[in-house]
Amino acid sequence: MPHDEDDLLPISALQHLLFCERQCALIHVERLWEENRWTAEGQILHKKAHEGKPETRDRERITRGLPLRSYHLGLFGMADIVLWRPPPQQQSRSQTLRQAITSATADELTEWSITPVEYKRGRPKKNDCDRVQLCAQAICLEEMLGVQVPVGQLFYGTKRRRFDVEFTPQLRDTTAEAARRFHALMAAGITPTAMYEKKCDTCSLLEVCLPNTSSEQSAAMYIERVLKSAIASDLP
Amino acid sequence: MKTHLNTLYVTKQGAYLAKDGAAVVVRVDKKPQLRLPLHNLDGIVVFGHVGCSPALMAAAASAGVSISLLTEYGRFLAAIVGFTSGNVLLRREQYRRADDSEKTLALARSFVQGKLMNARTVLLRAARDANEGERKETLTATAKRLSGRLVEVNQATTTDILRGLEGEAATQYFAAFPSLLTRPAKAFNFTKRSRRPPLDPINALLSFVYSLLLHDVRSACEATGLDSVVGYLHRDRPGRPSLALDLMEEFRPYLADRLVFSLVNRQQVTASGFETQETGGVVMDDQTRKRVLVAWQERKQEEIKHPYTGDRMTVGLLPHIQARLLARHLRGDLDAYPPFIWK
Repeated sequence: MPHDEDDLLPISALQHLLFCERQCALIHVERLWEENRWTAEGQILHKKAHEGKPETRDRERITRGLPLRSYHLGLFGMADIVLWRPPPQQQSRSQTLRQAITSATADELTEWSITPVEYKRGRPKKNDCDRVQLCAQAICLEEMLGVQVPVGQLFYGTKRRRFDVEFTPQLRDTTAEAARRFHALMAAGITPTAMYEKKCDTCSLLEVCLPNTSSEQSAAMYIERVLKSAIASDLP
Repeated sequence: MKTHLNTLYVTKQGAYLAKDGAAVVVRVDKKPQLRLPLHNLDGIVVFGHVGCSPALMAAAASAGVSISLLTEYGRFLAAIVGFTSGNVLLRREQYRRADDSEKTLALARSFVQGKLMNARTVLLRAARDANEGERKETLTATAKRLSGRLVEVNQATTTDILRGLEGEAATQYFAAFPSLLTRPAKAFNFTKRSRRPPLDPINALLSFVYSLLLHDVRSACEATGLDSVVGYLHRDRPGRPSLALDLMEEFRPYLADRLVFSLVNRQQVTASGFETQETGGVVMDDQTRKRVLVAWQERKQEEIKHPYTGDRMTVGLLPHIQARLLARHLRGDLDAYPPFIWK
């Protein structure tokens, strides 16, 4: 089901959703955001990745900070870097990248190699969140340009190298499903209840979320207990 | 991670605050006197005739540092804050509950319970340290009276009844105030709470510290995305920060009153630091005001274990945590609002 332009939600939220639905709701429904060391490092890294002019290296063109959207997923966002490699027969260097893409026929375009690259601080993660974010960018590129984007790359700060990510049907399904859940979460406007888990300790929203205090402990019973013991000690 | 950062208080009349890179510079007579990075601050409070450059206001607003403008004597005039933070859904829920008399009563009750419990503890702690019979007796007896009020607060069926009980309790609590002084001095006689204007040094100190507390609580509400003017215990009145006043109740005895009495008891403020105006109002001199600000800042640096969440934190973070617990309750995570109850 295609979305309207007004409906589009940020791609970057998918990583929050996959990390924790409550974190996602706290940030995007409740608009709470706490900077911590990791988020600040991430911001600096992205800023660096977006800076700089488009360039061409070894026939490969590089764009930075490219705006993207998909009506199908209902998402918008920005690609840190996209690498564009034209097929060998299309070599006219005088053309801008935009001219080259728009003048190419649909068949010619399928021969382009278009690769989104996402910069991440730290090391590769166990869960899908970075791959899903990248896959959403690929789906946006495909939808906007009518091209195929089979592979992307994730660059991890700690490893200082790029890892290929293949956009398999499963990964595309996971991405579409995440986008669907994110839209449902935003439409409901309800923040899911917290469940404390080990990963909470690394979450920048720990002190806003207060996962230990929700659901487990009744505040009403806490108040009653404290009051009772105070009053009992004073009154006969 | 939210930490409690410094608040910059500027009392120097004629000072000018400007932006210098990512820092705030305080100039007096065009000479820079102080330079602080904005990211080390969570608020700037200026008293009286102090200027602020538009560039600083914008930078502070975007860095989430609120600037509060107070009169020279600490009355709140205006705040410069960035875009309304937080979530429209939270705010709507806040308004809906304010329109619902039962839900208003439940929240108002929590605020009053917090206040009375903490007032009671302040009295009992002082009674424990008091050795003379009469003071000890007054303090203990008043604490018991407050317990009686707490029972009635539990049974109150309307917010108006609750407000009445709160008023009675406040009168009883303030009647026991002189007994909180360990060394009775004529200059620090206190008979009752007076605000406009404060008619004695204790009242002047209370008013000033309450205004510092209000600034912090109000900032905490705004930073959490709550609307600081729509309250429950305090009725709406244009210009009145009712929710901030609600949330402030539980902190008055614990943070403000105790500070005032320790300043007097430790002789950190003296009678000569106060001046009586023609109409009987009492104001403090610059030096006394500075001492209060320093003591307030030090107080906020102290560490405490939060009685409900069990987390260790600075005292200065308490208003933020309480504002968050309130938001959590409004959003349905908590079945009640647990006020801060000092043990």
